Amino acid sequence: MKQFDYVRPATVAEAVAAAAQPGAVYLAAGTNLLDLMKGGVSRPDRLVDVTHLDGLDQIERLADGSARIGALVSNADLAHDADFARSYPAVAEALLSGASAQLRNAATVGGNLLQRTRCAYFYDTASRCNKREAGSGCDAREGENRGHAVLGWSESCIATHPSDFCVPLVALDAIVEIEGKNGRREIALDELHRLPGSSPERDSALEPGDLIVAVRLPPAARGFAAHARYLKVRERTSYAFAVVSGSAALRIENGKIAEARLALGGVAAKPWRARAAEDVLKGVTPTADAFQEAAWRALTDAKPSGDNAFKIELARRIVVRALTLAAAGTPARIPALPASPFASTSGAIHA
Amino acid sequence: MPELNLSSAPAHLRHGSSIGQPLTRRDGLLKVKGQATYAADNHPPGMLFAVMAVSSIAHGRVTLLDVAAAKQHPGVVDVMTSDHKPQLAIDPEIKTNPFVFRMEVLQSNEVRYANQPIAVVIAETLEAATEGAVLLAPRYENLPALIGLDAGESFVPPVVGVGNPTENHRGDVEAGLASSAKQIDAIYETPPQYHNAMEPHAIVASWDGDNLSVDMPTQGLMLSLGRIAELFGIAPDKIHIRSPFLGGGFGSKGLMSGPPVLGIMAAKLVGKPVKLVLRREQMYGPVGHRAPTRQRLRIGADGEGSLTALDHHARTLSSTFDDFYEPAADASHTLYAAPAIRTSHDAVRVNTGTPLFMRAPGEATGSIALESAIDEMAWACGIDPLAFRLKNYAEVEPITGKPFSSKALRACYEQGAARFGWAKRPLQPRQMRDDAGLLVGWGMGTATFPALMFQAAARAAIRRDGSGVMEIGAHDMGQGAWTALAQIAADAVGLDIDRVEFKAGTSDLPDAGIAGGSAHTATAGAAIHSAGAAVIAKLADLATGDERSPLFGAGNAGVIARDGRLIRRDDESRSESYAEILARAGVAEVEARGTGAPNPAAMEEYAMHAHGAVFAEVKVDPDLGQVRVTRMVGAFAAGRIVNPHLVKSQLFGGMIWGMSFALHEEAITDRRSGRIMNANLGEYHIPVNADVPPLDVITVEEHDPHVNALGIKGVGEIGITGSAGAVANAVWHATGVRVRRFPIKIEELLTQL
Ligand SMILES: Cc1cc2nc3c(=O)[nH]c(=O)nc-3n(C[C@H](O)[C@H](O)[C@H](O)COP(=O)(O)OP(=O)(O)OC[C@H]3O[C@@H](n4cnc5c(N)ncnc54)[C@H](O)[C@@H]3O)c2cc1C
Ligand code: SF4
Repeated sequence: MKQFDYVRPATVAEAVAAAAQPGAVYLAAGTNLLDLMKGGVSRPDRLVDVTHLDGLDQIERLADGSARIGALVSNADLAHDADFARSYPAVAEALLSGASAQLRNAATVGGNLLQRTRCAYFYDTASRCNKREAGSGCDAREGENRGHAVLGWSESCIATHPSDFCVPLVALDAIVEIEGKNGRREIALDELHRLPGSSPERDSALEPGDLIVAVRLPPAARGFAAHARYLKVRERTSYAFAVVSGSAALRIENGKIAEARLALGGVAAKPWRARAAEDVLKGVTPTADAFQEAAWRALTDAKPSGDNAFKIELARRIVVRALTLAAAGTPARIPALPASPFASTSGAIHA
Repeated sequence: MPELNLSSAPAHLRHGSSIGQPLTRRDGLLKVKGQATYAADNHPPGMLFAVMAVSSIAHGRVTLLDVAAAKQHPGVVDVMTSDHKPQLAIDPEIKTNPFVFRMEVLQSNEVRYANQPIAVVIAETLEAATEGAVLLAPRYENLPALIGLDAGESFVPPVVGVGNPTENHRGDVEAGLASSAKQIDAIYETPPQYHNAMEPHAIVASWDGDNLSVDMPTQGLMLSLGRIAELFGIAPDKIHIRSPFLGGGFGSKGLMSGPPVLGIMAAKLVGKPVKLVLRREQMYGPVGHRAPTRQRLRIGADGEGSLTALDHHARTLSSTFDDFYEPAADASHTLYAAPAIRTSHDAVRVNTGTPLFMRAPGEATGSIALESAIDEMAWACGIDPLAFRLKNYAEVEPITGKPFSSKALRACYEQGAARFGWAKRPLQPRQMRDDAGLLVGWGMGTATFPALMFQAAARAAIRRDGSGVMEIGAHDMGQGAWTALAQIAADAVGLDIDRVEFKAGTSDLPDAGIAGGSAHTATAGAAIHSAGAAVIAKLADLATGDERSPLFGAGNAGVIARDGRLIRRDDESRSESYAEILARAGVAEVEARGTGAPNPAAMEEYAMHAHGAVFAEVKVDPDLGQVRVTRMVGAFAAGRIVNPHLVKSQLFGGMIWGMSFALHEEAITDRRSGRIMNANLGEYHIPVNADVPPLDVITVEEHDPHVNALGIKGVGEIGITGSAGAVANAVWHATGVRVRRFPIKIEELLTQL
């Protein structure tokens, strides 16, 4: 393995300073980063291990009703926090549908947000990949691309962002708190991940040295708890990334949708907020027709980037189903097979 | 190596003989405590680490390796390349026997497939060797690569599988089709698959002068020994291979492949012990795989649903430099009583590592196509798939006309169907839903696998203290040889299993034959059985010839060996312990050898196969197309069951693999570069726990007097066959959509649901 420096700063300020130099990257649980390093995809000169920083592993409820999740909270701890799961059930369901129990125990909130694409050509260092090496080309474009993007892609890159967690988060207007060279700032999660355009080498809006310290769910996010689901279609029942996923959250008042939130996963380089679809649902009765209409709106701009036209139709159906499930109400307990079309199947004991 | 301490604790209950008892694995405790030493767990003093650099192109030549850069890296000791390596005694391209496959051991700078080894970096640490391999930064002359089943002109290979004829026929298929009332003509495709044993291929090799010590997982100790001996030009008795445990092999550790040879070469080059372990992605190339197939089935049936003809053609592929042809169409030889059968194969050559045997080679690929087509035919005839199979039940082997040595398939159908509740299945597809509205479908498939026998030898001894020894270079790949063969050994020498020292897994022991073809228990078991009989006969001679023994003169009546005593057959009150016999005779031990081998006369007369019937239930989301298996029942008849626990595990494993075949497994090959794009267990999908439904296995009684002395047929591979088709047929029954390309993908269902 390539030789690299390893530093373990004690404070956030030290971490940001240590990571500011070129070639430095943050190391959280390493479930993504170490794989990338072993494969030679990422060859950092310095690892800045943030796992020992104080105060980043709390789940707090703020006075205004927001939730603030420290960047080092593990995916499992967050999903299993009873209060959190009750308030943001779709987020908990999404987390529990991701990866495997072992990975969820290790993986952190910050790492999940910033995990890299699973595009096979990105991982295969013998392939041309604009994301890995700016300007080298994109071997996925004419390659094995049935899993690639159908929204927001460019000729430079057709990769998707693979996170489940981010999908309900973006639907709920999550905010990312960042500590950087110039101090603290925050941005909407929707602004964190970048569409590729002509510079797919930049995944996110972060500047070198920027550290995610927390993710916040604004007060309104709690208002969807009664009608919020995540649905993930995948190629095996567990331990697989989404082919396409969707998160639907509704605020239903007097039998009408007061407000709808909808986002798709596995379709673009970012968790895809479907605002046009949300708009058509506002103020209407939750019916199959309305959901169909929303599904068409959500995918209006979709186009295949390869052998993946089916993902557009699948995404539409996921939108309809996720909205239907959300309208039916959040189940009292997260199903044993979270986010699975088979969630209702009896006899399932784990995922 | 420390002595294996195989424990039978917790104590086993014994009822009579050992064979047939559900003993738990004797190596189980070692394994759960992490004390079972797999090859890569060895670490002799002074050992260095070797890491292969592999090619990223599929065809061409290595033109440059930055050896200097690699060597400069701290910890790197040497870099083995085609220009800098120990000489082999023979050209590895020469096929010295039919079980030798060509391998890449740096004999030239030619690249013939992606992931081919092109250099080996040897270093003091794994990390340094790994980085050294990266620093080589190979340059290539890239030549156009041949990829996929349509890569070029097809040809008819001389043989398929292991020496099977490429074409077989009986009766007039075209006439049978012409006269039929209903026909099916359909094409099925199966993808390339990789063995993906949990334990990667690994070797720890050390030379001491001309003596070579090797720790390496192998399914064929003696074949490996012979190959190493000829490649390195040393006598076999100078080589010692230890392979006490394999973390799975599935065919990929049967014959010597290139990487372990590179490990031995590296040890020779640096004059120190060397460990070489493949990375997961490096297992997608030099160690074999299951080739893809495209199979066309044409079937005819008369107005009553009796088959009139069965024509099965399979296209497959082999490498550009060697020959292994997946005998997929041969699956149609044994199961269904068509008066006219034709099977044929053709192939193309592509830039791939040579395909190889992979658990149920030919049977697995052929079975899913055949069972799908039979299902389609049953539907075309308007007959229940089980009734259709029973209507076309083969009373003799269809392709040869030979009687079966035994065949309890009817009982498998009956018992499996009863357990599953098959009688309630609606004939029409898309009739069943569960409470949640998911589509439910039921499908079935017939399982079959030949009952093979290879050659094996064993050595048995009875010691002065009355204990026994059984020695055989047998292989435990996880299937449970340490337990099942020890059970056979215990019975063979008439001792409790704890009184027999069972030695296996090293190359200094008698040849147990290859652990493949589902034949290991039968073959090694037969050798053990005969060695035991022979040593007991010697012991009996000592007693019955000695007038001081209570058994004196019992020679004609015969004796029985039981619980460490020889007992007069016609008078059980007269007996003597082994220890007493040996003490009086004044010998430390008696020993004898025995062999196991196929019986050519029986093979000439009978068709020998294991059979089974698998029933599967799937649920399919009617809008989203995701499929999940929710129930499986398999009933199998495989002759004598040596250990019901282990046999069930084998059958479970096979059934899971079958479901994997139908729904999950596929190596995705980049259509331009020939590289496998999902060469890791995250993306090469095999079922996880949440995919595996409650499995129910029934072992159906079957006595076979012809297959071998013990009546064992083998269960290692049969579980895949039938199961894959059962799942595929259940998907059709749930949805009404017939998918003929495997694994069944969401997009195939989505648009048609
Ligand atoms: C086999 C497998 C299957 C998986 N399946 C799924 C799945 O189904 N769904 C899913 O959503 N995910 C899945 N994952 C991905 C998994 O969720 C991520 O690997 C994990 O969330 C990353 O978290 P980590 O703490 O290990 O991050 P690391 O690997 O440590 O870091 C990932 C990246 O984030 C950066 N980073 C980490 N923390 C911070 C921070 N606080 N500020 C700034 N940068 C930071 C690192 O520099 C690095 O670039 C899977 C992973 C594997 C290996
Ligand atoms: S799709 Fe993006 S990540 Fe994949 S190869 Fe192309 S540029 Fe790289």
